[in-house]
Amino acid sequence: MDLLIANARLFDPENNLDQVGDLLVSNGRIAAVGSGLAAGNGVRRIDASGKLVLPGLIDLHVHLREPGQEYKETIATGTAAAAAGGFVTVACMPNTEPPNDCKAVTELILNRAKEANASRVVPIGTMTKGRAGKTLSEMGEMAEFGVKAVSDDGDSVADSGLMRHVLEYAKTFGLVAVQHCEDKALAKGAPMHEGINSARAGLAGQPAAAEASILARDLLLVALTGARYHAAHVSTAESVELIRGAKAKGLPVTAEATIQHLTFTDEACLTYDTKTKVNPPFRTEADRAALREAVADGTIDAIVTDHAPHSRIEKDLEYDYAAFGIMGLETALPLGLALVRDGVFDLGTLIRAWTSRPAAAFGLDWRGLVEGAPADLVVVDEKRTWTVEPKNLRSKASNTPLLGQDVTGRALLTLVDGRPVHDEVDGTGSGGRTGTVGAN
Amino acid sequence: MSFGHRHLLGIEQLSREDILTILNLAGTFKEISERRIKKVPTLRGRTVVNLFMEPSTRTRVSFEIAEKRLSADGVNISISTSAVVKGETLLDTARNLQAMNPDAVVIRHSAAGSPHFLARNIAASVINAGDGSHEHPTQALLDCMTIREHKSEFEGLKVAIVGDISHSRVARSDILALSKLGAKVAVAGPATMLQPGLETLGCTTHTQLDSAVEGADVVMMLRIQKERLGGESLFANSREYARTFGLNRKRLDLLKPDAIVMHPGPINRGVEMQPEVADGKQSVILEQVANGVAVRMAVLYLLAGESEGA
Ligand SMILES: [Zn+2]
Repeated sequence: MDLLIANARLFDPENNLDQVGDLLVSNGRIAAVGSGLAAGNGVRRIDASGKLVLPGLIDLHVHLREPGQEYKETIATGTAAAAAGGFVTVACMPNTEPPNDCKAVTELILNRAKEANASRVVPIGTMTKGRAGKTLSEMGEMAEFGVKAVSDDGDSVADSGLMRHVLEYAKTFGLVAVQHCEDKALAKGAPMHEGINSARAGLAGQPAAAEASILARDLLLVALTGARYHAAHVSTAESVELIRGAKAKGLPVTAEATIQHLTFTDEACLTYDTKTKVNPPFRTEADRAALREAVADGTIDAIVTDHAPHSRIEKDLEYDYAAFGIMGLETALPLGLALVRDGVFDLGTLIRAWTSRPAAAFGLDWRGLVEGAPADLVVVDEKRTWTVEPKNLRSKASNTPLLGQDVTGRALLTLVDGRPVHDEVDGTGSGGRTGTVGAN
Repeated sequence: MSFGHRHLLGIEQLSREDILTILNLAGTFKEISERRIKKVPTLRGRTVVNLFMEPSTRTRVSFEIAEKRLSADGVNISISTSAVVKGETLLDTARNLQAMNPDAVVIRHSAAGSPHFLARNIAASVINAGDGSHEHPTQALLDCMTIREHKSEFEGLKVAIVGDISHSRVARSDILALSKLGAKVAVAGPATMLQPGLETLGCTTHTQLDSAVEGADVVMMLRIQKERLGGESLFANSREYARTFGLNRKRLDLLKPDAIVMHPGPINRGVEMQPEVADGKQSVILEQVANGVAVRMAVLYLLAGESEGA
């Protein structure tokens, strides 16, 4: 079905597009970008006055839980949540049961994604067989099936000799090596960041050095191997400095930060609310400031959700025993827009970190809001306020510290190849309301 | 008497005035404990559940005696945490307890924040009897009561706490309580036992025992709990610990002449404290035990008894 989005603010910073105008979608592609475009016969016309049209968002780090933990999330519910959050593409981490360490699992994920018919899924394979950190995974065959990156997310590859080979083998097949940087011997599974707030809470803490020590080692190995490396969910000021230094040296390194680490600090953990328990843990004010600066100056390439749905079974527990993780595909957009409203960085920086730059980091085809490009886009109501509660979420989960709170900003329409995978244009869905934007 | 709290989750939530309210009331209850008939009808008809999810005979018995002296109906529930991880959760336990409609629940648990979790899921008042490495507020209150019986005021008092501060709920609550009352708290131990950020609780940190205890009015020695350290290597051995961080007669000379020596018990004699110090005339360890009952009576009275204006 063809579609005309009229009178919107068309915004694509990578293509230097920021104008009020119209966008015509035809046969799954962007047919025209301009003003005064006419809707022909049978073309759905959407009056998007006051709304924002963006290239569809890309999230390089989500957990869809399928196969193996379908009670937490499925590829169908996870991609529906992605679509509702404005994401056209999500890269899913391989820590499923079984892990995605071979083409059979990759194929299953891609088939389920196709059936779900929502946002696009880019499966990430494991670095090592069974995510066990002992031997290499079948990277060559997974690459043939469309895997772009490998990661043992949840764990670092601890063995330095093996990590060297992971980088070399990934390089062989043109894959990006995505490391979850955590020295487990130092972090000891502690539920929060080590610092003044862990001293107050009496909870064990993970020192910032547990992240940076693995990252520092890896950067030496990147220099040794020349492989493409991507640092997952960077959370500390020290890590930011290391990445900045590596980029200055010209190493093939990219990095991501989660929207929640850009938003919260470890003070949130003082309530013992297990919905604040996440790995890496929320860090200090200074770490958050360093992350924000790194997004603003481009040191951090991508903003991700690390969408980690859990059921109440994993979260209605003592803080020490609860699972790590926060669900976030549907709350990312309002959190990102809040950072822009608060002047942390401008809208262009935010959107590039959610579109063109993650695409470049993983080598995904990307063109943006230009004529002839696939119609991957999202229409956003920046002023719509809605309540984060299960009935407004497509995800099976609601493990977010925002649960019960009002947030502002919501995707009204998400198109993948011109196909609406999320459509609230007629006001159905969130029960949200448009009004004045409060002070965050 | 005003006490605007429904729970005692930690010292952190208490003001200086709240602490003094409890100490004053505990003084009154201590008199009762010294009578021949030690029982008052204050909490008759009230139910208090002692939920111990980590073994602790001392604290549990102290609460039980406090409940009996106030005529409350005390019920003991002991659950091993290993069973909890696999089977019934703390949330299930809270719901089951709620069905019994207790007036107060005393909880001991190995995980920090468990009393806070319970308080969010139950109507009863929750009293923290020790949560992981976080807080042990009634221990701190009995320590303050004991100190007050020996020292006229807290303001400017020099208190040293020695041992594994990182893993000690007693230390954390003591630092918070004593600093709120105006004392100067110095903590000492090897750096492996002094986690970053402790200073923000209201103390100075020392890796030399002598610098912490010099001129002290009060020295509190913590039990070196090998079993709680989860296999972490925090010191070489007991002999070296006793030499470097143990309190012996020679070190007593560094303290003020009228200083008192405390210990939350049970003591590892010969490790953190030499027997002649533990049993010496400066030791107030047994007074601490007696004051524990009085302080717990005061807390139970304030949380489980006040509403109907006894
Ligand atoms: Zn991770």
